[in-house]
Amino acid sequence: MRKTFFTRFFLVATLLLAQFTFANEQEHEAEEHGKDLKTEIKEYISHHLKDSHDFSLFSYTKENGEHKYVGFPLPVILWDNGLKVFSSSKFHHGETIAEVDGNHYKLYHSKIYKTDSEGTINYDEEHHPTNVKPLDFSITKNVVMIIVTGLLMLWLFTSLAKSYAKNNGIPTGAGRFFEPIVLYIRDDIARPNIGEKRYKKYMPFLLTIFFFIWFLNIFGLTPLGINVTGNIAITFALALMTFLITNFTGTKDYWMHQFNPLGNTMPWYAKIPLYIILVPIEILGLFIKPFSLLIRLYANMQAGHIVLMSLIGLMFIFKSWLGSPLSFFLAFAISLIEILVALLQAYIFTMLSALYFGFASEDHHEEGHENDPELVHL
Amino acid sequence: MEKLLEEFSVGLFFWQTILFGLLLFLLWKFAWKPILNAVNDREEGIKNALDAAEAAKKEMQNVTADSEKLLKEARAERDSLLKEAREIKEGIISEAKEQAKVEGDKMIKQAQAAIESEKKAAVADIKSQVANLSVEIAEKVIKEELSDKKKQQKLVEDMLGDIKLN
Repeated sequence: MRKTFFTRFFLVATLLLAQFTFANEQEHEAEEHGKDLKTEIKEYISHHLKDSHDFSLFSYTKENGEHKYVGFPLPVILWDNGLKVFSSSKFHHGETIAEVDGNHYKLYHSKIYKTDSEGTINYDEEHHPTNVKPLDFSITKNVVMIIVTGLLMLWLFTSLAKSYAKNNGIPTGAGRFFEPIVLYIRDDIARPNIGEKRYKKYMPFLLTIFFFIWFLNIFGLTPLGINVTGNIAITFALALMTFLITNFTGTKDYWMHQFNPLGNTMPWYAKIPLYIILVPIEILGLFIKPFSLLIRLYANMQAGHIVLMSLIGLMFIFKSWLGSPLSFFLAFAISLIEILVALLQAYIFTMLSALYFGFASEDHHEEGHENDPELVHL
Repeated sequence: MEKLLEEFSVGLFFWQTILFGLLLFLLWKFAWKPILNAVNDREEGIKNALDAAEAAKKEMQNVTADSEKLLKEARAERDSLLKEAREIKEGIISEAKEQAKVEGDKMIKQAQAAIESEKKAAVADIKSQVANLSVEIAEKVIKEELSDKKKQQKLVEDMLGDIKLN
């Protein structure tokens, strides 16, 4: 009873803290620049959604107007006629130009551009910078979070694995919480979708991807202000994995189905007019399936962050006894829903990956299959 | 779409692919494999234990049935043994009784015969003694009688008288 109370208290406190850190930062920035509050909030949100080259937890303005960031710089790795490695502290959060080996780089909207020593950025008619963008392999905030999540997962699951040996096949500690989830993925995601015979070889990928997405989604809700799974490069990489595994483990039947979807149900001359439409659709489906995965996860996480931060921002726009508490409680409610969404999106990604693997590794293509790949697009 | 492409960071994609691949490999080797194996082993262990329990239950039933059968047999044997013993006992008793009776009869007969012979001997003895006594008495009487003439006379007369009567 006592324990659950503390857990609840901790949860609520974390959620509140997330909102207050953000709110503080925002207010200071608005005051400093004297910009329109709405524009300020909008800029802050779009800044938050992007990756960043330093790990700053929050920032505040000193009395003398100096901008102070609390956090730590991260290494910047550029490929610009040779490898350039330097600390992101050289950028001073985009306020100064970094000079490395006679080259000048400027951070502009979270991207690194090569500039002259003045830091001039040239724009085209659509206000896009035209400066050269060196290949950026920096250890960004998102990369750091991937490493942190990776280490956390390694620690959690290797200790779970070890606890079996130590404790005679019964998990201990946190493993008691994670084991049922592992079993759920095996028994309710992999087995029914892939089939009893083949599910085993897909299990490591499904487990890894589920916990990876889930943990990063949850990290996205902490006051650390990170947005890894809401980044298109991340979701693209994840969906690409699913795509590659699906097609590399595809059986003969699977490929037959791609190029000859109707099978022997009708004579070849009847199939020709149908196949002019069907085969391109089937082939397009190959790409649409993983593409839907990447867009779904990206959009859901991105939208969650935008909604949550907008609601918090509303507090400062209303500045009234009625409006601000209202948007506060709305933001609080959305935070709770986001916790659910974090799990749900991880589940959906894993579930659909398993489904695609199931289609690809199926041996017999039953006629009149109800779960035709084209029809199953959640 | 343009915004998405603009947001796409090759560096982040690169790191994500490398790190995720590494994570997948490490977890595969050090976590998922042992976890899934352990869970599998445990499930198999449970299944085996259940099977064994089922088998043991069946065995138990068989044993119970067997022992019941044995018990029944034993009981039947005991009953038959008891019956036999009773028969034997009765046989022995009746035989003993008969023998005893025969023996008793025999003894009684012998006793009777002995008594008879004893009696005869006793009677014969008594007779001879009586005869002797009577001869002695007669001798003494005759001696007494014959000491006096008159008396001798009288005796001869009496005797003669008796003979006459005969």
